[in-house]
Amino acid sequence: MNWTINDLHIILVGTLCAIACALPGTFLLLRRMSMMGDAISHAVLPGLAIAFLLTGTRSSSWMFLGAALAGIFTALFTQWITRFGKVERGAAMGIVFTTLFALGLIIIKQSADHVDLDPACVLYGALEYTPLHLVTLLETSDHLIQIPRAALLLAGTLIFNILIITLFFKELTLSSFDPHLAQTQGFRPMLMHYLLMTMVAITTVAAFEAVGSIIVIAMLIVPPATAYLLTRRLSTLIITSLSIAALSAILGHLSSQALPHLLGLPETSSSGMIATTAGLLFLLAWLLGPDGLLKKQKKPPLRNPR
Amino acid sequence: MDLELLRETLLLEQHNTRLVVISVALLGATAGLIGSFLLLRKQSLLGDALSHATLPGIGIAFALMSAMGLSGKNLPGLLTGATITGLLGVLLVLAIRRTTRLKDDAAMGIVLSVFFGLGVAILNMVQTIPGQSSAGLDSFIYGSTASIVWSDFHLITGTLLITTAATFLLLKELTLLCFDSHFASTQGWPTLWLDIILMALVTAVTVIGLQAVGLILIIAFLITPPTAARFWTNQLGHMLWIATLIGAVSGWIGASLSALYSDLPAGAIIVITAAIIFLISMIFGKTRGVLPRYLRHLKLQRKIGRQHLLRSTYEILENTQNHQNHSPLKNLPIPMEQLRRHRYWAKGELSKLIRQARTEDHIEQQPSGELRLSESGFGEASRITRNHRLWELYLIKHADIAPSHVDRDADMVEHLLGAEIVQQLEAQLALTKPDIQSPHQI
Repeated sequence: MNWTINDLHIILVGTLCAIACALPGTFLLLRRMSMMGDAISHAVLPGLAIAFLLTGTRSSSWMFLGAALAGIFTALFTQWITRFGKVERGAAMGIVFTTLFALGLIIIKQSADHVDLDPACVLYGALEYTPLHLVTLLETSDHLIQIPRAALLLAGTLIFNILIITLFFKELTLSSFDPHLAQTQGFRPMLMHYLLMTMVAITTVAAFEAVGSIIVIAMLIVPPATAYLLTRRLSTLIITSLSIAALSAILGHLSSQALPHLLGLPETSSSGMIATTAGLLFLLAWLLGPDGLLKKQKKPPLRNPR
Repeated sequence: MDLELLRETLLLEQHNTRLVVISVALLGATAGLIGSFLLLRKQSLLGDALSHATLPGIGIAFALMSAMGLSGKNLPGLLTGATITGLLGVLLVLAIRRTTRLKDDAAMGIVLSVFFGLGVAILNMVQTIPGQSSAGLDSFIYGSTASIVWSDFHLITGTLLITTAATFLLLKELTLLCFDSHFASTQGWPTLWLDIILMALVTAVTVIGLQAVGLILIIAFLITPPTAARFWTNQLGHMLWIATLIGAVSGWIGASLSALYSDLPAGAIIVITAAIIFLISMIFGKTRGVLPRYLRHLKLQRKIGRQHLLRSTYEILENTQNHQNHSPLKNLPIPMEQLRRHRYWAKGELSKLIRQARTEDHIEQQPSGELRLSESGFGEASRITRNHRLWELYLIKHADIAPSHVDRDADMVEHLLGAEIVQQLEAQLALTKPDIQSPHQI
């Protein structure tokens, strides 16, 4: 393959995105809410569309606000339907995000003349095109350091996520493992829930334009799940899941460039291959990890829980 | 908006849309039926994992058929590919759940995102295969009803009929699986296989609906109608019918509207229609809807408040008249403050209760501000007090609860005692006299 500076840029963006997603994803996993990442990343569509319609611009800040609000509303509506309607959470989530996604599709189709937004773009993103929008970090007589605009945005998101998680580490951890204890200790688990949902929504929105929601969903869920199979300590879990996310992004992009050539085809979508690579890493952990399938014969489990 | 055209489409008088409307309505009906079991099994989102997992199958089938020199867009071929990877995805979810510490949501999320990513990667590759146009494969993601033709119609209706027939044949087994899978497995039912069969039925509906509704929104067909139906009934049979009906109506309206307005995507309209029905059901649903439940709760609260008020009044009358000497109890006025102290009522709460009791003619307020039971109120109060004591005596005798603790326990249940239970209590305790002494100090 032809290695260019573009590949470096794509890997940079992909890795930043993967890490930014895996961080809140770890807490989603601990709360058994991984599917919320999927729901939110679908449901941001109407937020984007309405923001476009109202402002008539592709101004990032309005889009950002609209989509983040839509994401938070997803969490809110799901909570309401679960609580007031006594509906199982999975079903409530499914209803909310499909409805919002459908609403977004209709708005976009109806105002195709005003809205320059392709729903496909929300799913696939345009990771391959991120090197086209560069911003200059440092410019001297003999150095010119430029990075993609998306990388800057995602780095900001990553820093935001790190900040929030460091600030509320104790609260998030306690409310993830034992919400009732957290409640009695005055840690407000519901507030933590919505904080986490806000974090997921913001990450999704920041990532969508650059990389599409496939990577977001995959990176929210798969690296933490893989790490979960490898360790039982929270600190190790977070670090492992971030490393796996970064590894998936790097290997994913490389394989998207290299693999199809073996079949005589041109390169394929980096986003898709990053998700696939994460899946393969999960498969490895599943088969070969400490409790891996291939090691089960030595140490039979005590009892099958189901 | 052309109302005449809309009417014709809804009534299937338009020849060229009839096919689409019928097949989507049938699809909605079947999805509602099978989705009900999925909902009761608490596996609704599995449909999402499944529908996303079909994408690589579509891509691979397209590539294989192109390689064999066939048309890459042969629908049965594409759907076979979708079925294979879809089932593979579901089996992986079941396997991850059974063999790792990961829970449902993570297992579904992994399969969903990885398979979808793989699908996108494969589609991206095969789109460049020379000599084949892959345009239209995207319609499996967002759905388009316009592409349904006669041959597809046979395929769709055939599959749906088979799925429905299979569901009815396995009605008993699936019901058992959904309501008590542990009991089912202790009785020797192969629950794993039943789960797999249920998933196969879901797969069939999902795959057949991909083309029309698209893989992102197809799960709304599986989730929304059954969840809406659940608000109207507690009986499985009724729920299945209602869910089928809601699914059919959403499909019918959605397909009609999108046939008329080509820029309205069918899948999205169907989902919105179903969501509106869901919202109405959630608020007004007879059995579990929010509003009826709230009204029932309010009614019960009023009943409990009234009974507390009447019993307290009766107890005060007993205490002040030294009821031990078997002279008949006289209905005398009592001061409000004494009543308030008897149950530690807040002032506002008590006056609200009294206002209610006055509208029901149970209590009269004297000009001096004292309260007096009306004739009907006195009878009711003595009945309620008697029921309370019957239940207390029962608890003391048969549940071994100390007399000093029995008051609160009785309070939880006494409001729900019907005439029949009171008779049973009387028989159990061999008590038939109209007056019963309280077993404890009031």
